[in-house]
Amino acid sequence: MKPQRRGLLKAAGALAVLAAGLLKPMAALAATWHKEAFGAKTAPDALRTLGAAGAEPSGAIVIEAPQIAENGAVVPIEITSNIPGTTSIAVLIEKNPFPLAAKFDFLDGALPYVKLNAKMGETSDVRVVATAGGRNYTAAKEIKVTIGGCGG
Amino acid sequence: MRAIACSALLALAVTPALAQKQSPFAEYQRMANENSPIELFEILGEEAWKKRQGTKNVSLEQCDLGQGPGVLKGAYAGLPRYFADADRVMDLETRLLHCMMTLQGRSREEATKRVFGNADNPSEMALLSAYIARASNGMPMRPGSGHPKERATIELGQKLYFHRAGPWDFSCASCHGEEDKRIRMSELPVLYKPEHARPMLSTWPSYRVSTSVLVTLQWRMNDCYRQMRMPEPVYGSEATVALISFMTKAAEGATYRGPAIKR
Amino acid sequence: MAGPMKMRATLAGGNTDVRVLMSHPMDTGQGGKTPPYFIQNVTVKVNGRTVIEGQISQAISRNPVFSFRLKGGSKGDRIEVSWLDNKGDSNKTDAVIA
Repeated sequence: MKPQRRGLLKAAGALAVLAAGLLKPMAALAATWHKEAFGAKTAPDALRTLGAAGAEPSGAIVIEAPQIAENGAVVPIEITSNIPGTTSIAVLIEKNPFPLAAKFDFLDGALPYVKLNAKMGETSDVRVVATAGGRNYTAAKEIKVTIGGCGG
Repeated sequence: MRAIACSALLALAVTPALAQKQSPFAEYQRMANENSPIELFEILGEEAWKKRQGTKNVSLEQCDLGQGPGVLKGAYAGLPRYFADADRVMDLETRLLHCMMTLQGRSREEATKRVFGNADNPSEMALLSAYIARASNGMPMRPGSGHPKERATIELGQKLYFHRAGPWDFSCASCHGEEDKRIRMSELPVLYKPEHARPMLSTWPSYRVSTSVLVTLQWRMNDCYRQMRMPEPVYGSEATVALISFMTKAAEGATYRGPAIKR
Repeated sequence: MAGPMKMRATLAGGNTDVRVLMSHPMDTGQGGKTPPYFIQNVTVKVNGRTVIEGQISQAISRNPVFSFRLKGGSKGDRIEVSWLDNKGDSNKTDAVIA
């Protein structure tokens, strides 16, 4: 390899490393966390920040969850998107102080499906927004939340 | 044709579905139990079971929980029961305490210093209970071995269940003595009736999501006494074992479904 | 980082079911006593290749449990799930489909 070319490549490599934020911990280089969306106080704000405002209702998003939860600390929710080409699913608990609870990006090799346990402060709609082919689709399901028991 | 019909009827007669009270939260409880983090506690429980401790520096692995030294399968489903070496009826935690003291050479004070745990730090007893209980999951609950002291313990438990005492003149039956009573949204089970006892007793120990604490039956007895404004029962005492025996007997035959997750 | 992490990957109906349990307080920090402390990123890889990138919030329950589904799959596939929290701590576990 010619010396100038080697030098050029070396410089380009160094620049790339600087651009990637060499001083950040290794893990942070690979992970992004949408601070603004997770900090939004309403579901519409969170969705707008994610670029998913104006999603059209779809019956092809299946939300399986109990009609009534005995406690809001652990509410199991199972989501399947049957919309072909779904690349992303966002889960919002509309009445939570910060509605956006999770966002999953599905790359080649993963099915648009997730089951998780969420915290719900009160009875609320669980809203799911699925992104497929650059378009956004949405479905919602109400989950009633109660406080059961004697505190023991 | 007739022979087949008869045997079919016989089969139906011999295997009746055990009546259980359905809760309005049945769907929640099913989904929550399918998505439960309790296995994390079982992993820690296994570590605790195998950890060398005490003056004798041995693990609990040779502890006899009723099915033979070190046998875990079905042990929880067979408790409480009479143990000859202690000459008394014991539930799981009482038996574990016995093994901690006799096998490991630990003092009662040290072994019971922190039996109930908290959200960030489950107790050793709770972790052990979850691990041991898992080995009975799916098995029918058949407490006892037929020893006469077991009957006496159950009868004592029944007396205690209905015995009113303390500043509020409460007994267990004050809350758990009548059908269709509720505290907030949760139905109060009538724990001496099999159809109520079965879904209840088959799900302890449990992960209590409202407090994020792993809880056991000894904990529950202790907390019930606290709520009744009664003096605190001694851990593993005759009284607590009697109550647990009485209620477990009522649940006899139920399929053990723990360790579970609860509100 | 302190508590155990457990994952199970099984072949079912032509796909791979992944179930993962994570030990983490997922503290919302509400009440102001302690700052928020929760997992923010969850990553699923198959044979070293990322297939799911998850971002989660403090609204996910303590000791998170997730189920995912991967396309296809065969014995010998190595599934890895890792997490990263807002303090920069991380954990991961992997399993080979038996």
